[in-house]
Amino acid sequence: MLSLIVFWPALVAVALSVVPARAGTRVFAGAWVATGLVQLVLIAVVWAGLPAAGYGSVERLAWIPSAGVSYHLGVDGLSLPLLALAAVLFTATAVYTLRGIARPKGFVLLFLALQAVSAGLFVALDLILFFLFFDLSIVFMYFVIAGWGTGAPARRAALTFFLYTFLGSLALLLGFILLVLAGPRVSFDIPALAEQNPLAGGGVYAGLTVLVIGVGLAVKTPLFPFHTWLPPAHTEAPAAGSAILAGILLKMGTYGFVRIAMPLLPASWRQFALVAVVLGVVSVLWGALVALAQTDLKRMIAYTSVNHMGYVLLGLGAAGLVAGSSEQARALATAGATYQMVSHGLITAALFLLAGSLHDRGRTYDMAAYGGLATRTPRFAGLFAVAAFASLGLPGFSGFIAEFQIFAGALGAAPVATVIAVTGVLITAALFLLSMARMLPGATRTPDAPGTPRPFPDLGVRELLAIVPLLVLATVLGLLPRVLLDVIEPAARTVNDLVAR
Amino acid sequence: MAATALAATRPPEMVFGTYVLDTATHTTRAIVLVTTLALIALCGDTVAGHRRETEFVVLVQLGALGSMLLGGAADLILLFAAFLLASVPLYALAGWAKQGTATEAALKYYLAGALAGVTTLAGVTLLFGVAGATGYAGVAEGITRGPGGAAAVGLVAVLAGLAFKAGAVPAHFWVPDVADGTPPAVAAVITTLPKIGALVATYRLLDSAIPADVVDWPLLVAILAAASMTLANLAAFAQTSILRLLGYSTVSQVGYLLMAVAVAGRAPLAQPALLFYLAAYAFTNVAAFAVVAATAQRSIDGHRGLARRDPLLAIAFVVALLGLVGTPPTAVLFGKLVVFTAAVDGGLVWLVVLAVLNTVASLFYYLRVIAAAFTAPDTDTDTDTDTDGATGSVVHVVHERSGTRSRPWARWTALGTAAVSLLLGVCAGVVLAVVGTPP
Repeated sequence: MLSLIVFWPALVAVALSVVPARAGTRVFAGAWVATGLVQLVLIAVVWAGLPAAGYGSVERLAWIPSAGVSYHLGVDGLSLPLLALAAVLFTATAVYTLRGIARPKGFVLLFLALQAVSAGLFVALDLILFFLFFDLSIVFMYFVIAGWGTGAPARRAALTFFLYTFLGSLALLLGFILLVLAGPRVSFDIPALAEQNPLAGGGVYAGLTVLVIGVGLAVKTPLFPFHTWLPPAHTEAPAAGSAILAGILLKMGTYGFVRIAMPLLPASWRQFALVAVVLGVVSVLWGALVALAQTDLKRMIAYTSVNHMGYVLLGLGAAGLVAGSSEQARALATAGATYQMVSHGLITAALFLLAGSLHDRGRTYDMAAYGGLATRTPRFAGLFAVAAFASLGLPGFSGFIAEFQIFAGALGAAPVATVIAVTGVLITAALFLLSMARMLPGATRTPDAPGTPRPFPDLGVRELLAIVPLLVLATVLGLLPRVLLDVIEPAARTVNDLVAR
Repeated sequence: MAATALAATRPPEMVFGTYVLDTATHTTRAIVLVTTLALIALCGDTVAGHRRETEFVVLVQLGALGSMLLGGAADLILLFAAFLLASVPLYALAGWAKQGTATEAALKYYLAGALAGVTTLAGVTLLFGVAGATGYAGVAEGITRGPGGAAAVGLVAVLAGLAFKAGAVPAHFWVPDVADGTPPAVAAVITTLPKIGALVATYRLLDSAIPADVVDWPLLVAILAAASMTLANLAAFAQTSILRLLGYSTVSQVGYLLMAVAVAGRAPLAQPALLFYLAAYAFTNVAAFAVVAATAQRSIDGHRGLARRDPLLAIAFVVALLGLVGTPPTAVLFGKLVVFTAAVDGGLVWLVVLAVLNTVASLFYYLRVIAAAFTAPDTDTDTDTDTDGATGSVVHVVHERSGTRSRPWARWTALGTAAVSLLLGVCAGVVLAVVGTPP
């Protein structure tokens, strides 16, 4: 079943590859939407059959037995929400792409491949399998940015992206090898390693391992100071690419922390939890402050990702500070961090798609070039306002639930850090209000650059169909958090039990 | 022709007490034979119907035979004989094209090879003098009694010769010249075939003949590995010729391969890692050269717009180049995985860290080539080329288009070997099990 979920987009991609390229956007993007919907149905089936504890829908085959590598898939409460998030975001992006894109065939094939890889990463229960999907996502995203970005800066941004994240992934591979060789027998199996806990003793070797794995994941997350690849990659990527990059690919880093770094290296995680907390808080503040200084809408959204991923690390780090807090508080922090991953994926993807729609009409991301959009394009203005409020963590949206849980959980363990991090929410609120004040009210002002299409229409049906569901989901998760928390919390408790060993 | 070539290269089983028939030898033979087959297919366009076609095929096969002999040699004298057999036909092959650059390349290759040969012979003599035997078992026993210093000098001299065959630092300087000077098909032969035998021979020599407590060869090999990958990567950055770039890339690949040699006998995965990586490297490298042979372009810029003209070939190129980096799910990734695992297991964590950094550095130049293949050729004049340049490149493109189609052998070899490289990655488990399961 999981194999089908993972490889279904790839199968469709193979089938589509024989369709001639002149078939047009409608055929390719249409097939992509259908693929996403089928994948969602399959995920719903898996969700319904999720066991109360442990991994569901497990599949296991020997792959490279002599090197301890197996094909091992399975889902639990941590991976299932992200798997579903991936399917939702890819489907929304597919709907958005129906509007039209240059060279649709290559574009859709690349995204279908990315879709398969993303699903694979969240269900992989073998370190090498995880690494494989992790690495492949970089390759496909490189081609998306280089091929559908704009000109030479896009190629440079793509190269920066590739080099940075590839370095991260190789660090990850090195860390995996170090971790596995510490065990009594070579096996890359995640549940088996969690049980064995090969580096329980801590020490220099364990510290080195957690450092290398941590750097690998931090690059992808991205945490300060490893975030410098992110703004150019986001700015140069096409809107769909930015949405997937921020919504899914960044989560691969944070998911790696909960799936690998915490349960497999508990002793070292406890030892270095404070580092995670500090890095998280620095990312929160740095991301928010730099975002505040941006005049480019897309760069601003990109930097808020650094800020939001910082909250995740704060929560996960706090969960490692075992001594300072109760078990319940730590479970709250871990669950909040996972909730934040899902919430940020939905909201940021919506923001990036909105920014893409704006760029299509005005050919620029410069916020100063726009004004009075509330009267000229009310649907855009309304959705942008909703997304902005959701992103800054207004109660009623998923972001609030996530951040509230993280702060409540982390307060006991790391009070000073948490208080500092809360100010990040204030800065985010300021920057979103500022951007809305610049663009939405006042006299109508649209960019007048050469090549700008004269009419400045409001959002079309296809754009609405892509963006509205994301914001509706963010609202539903904000009003009825139990839907997701019931799934996340048992798994979060399991992770914490593993960390506390 | 290919079938007969395969049959002709298959040597009779020979065991004279100096030639070992074990997993390593069998694997070497298998890799060499399949690679030779691919190489002869690759050369189809270049040599088919050529006046000296027979000569070409015979030279390739003799070189392959030498490589197989190297892989199984368990005696210093046989090692040297195999060294000569693997070298001499390839000197002739380098000069086969009889163009100006090819003659120069052949001469450089020959002179470097002659020097390496003499050094090797001196080393063999010294080792024989110290140990009083030429069989590896005898050497291993005798060397502990002899003077350690002389043994070290002898070993270094022999290693110099093997490093020349493998194209490793410090005997690598001929590689880019030969790769650039000869037709791509010939370059593919010279940068692939002898490496296979040379590395297995190095592994066998160090593992079975030289106890590490007499000469600290693990450190020596580790330093050679580090130097090979680092220097070759640095040199590859500035290249504009695709063949020189691929030449340097083969030198850096030897660096990774030597990591497995450096932990010979100390990590259970070392030998399977070496053999698997060799197989992965051989196919991926042949695929990369085959694409260049198919496009018949010698510069990186010449590959611009390849994705537009021949998407399948471009994909094969990406698979080959990213394969050389070690991106999943190509075979080299699993090669690197097992090599790194073996090296960490053998206590060479610093070398693995260096290899990781080198892998990232190598991305710079591989991605430059991939980016070129996926950029449209400069037909619009708004780039910084002047009008003359633009028309020039259009002519270029037209010429190239006819080129790709007229080289079906090279094209199909490129597609085939790239596919094998992927397949080998997916089937890594089976292959690794065949080449030796660690205890």
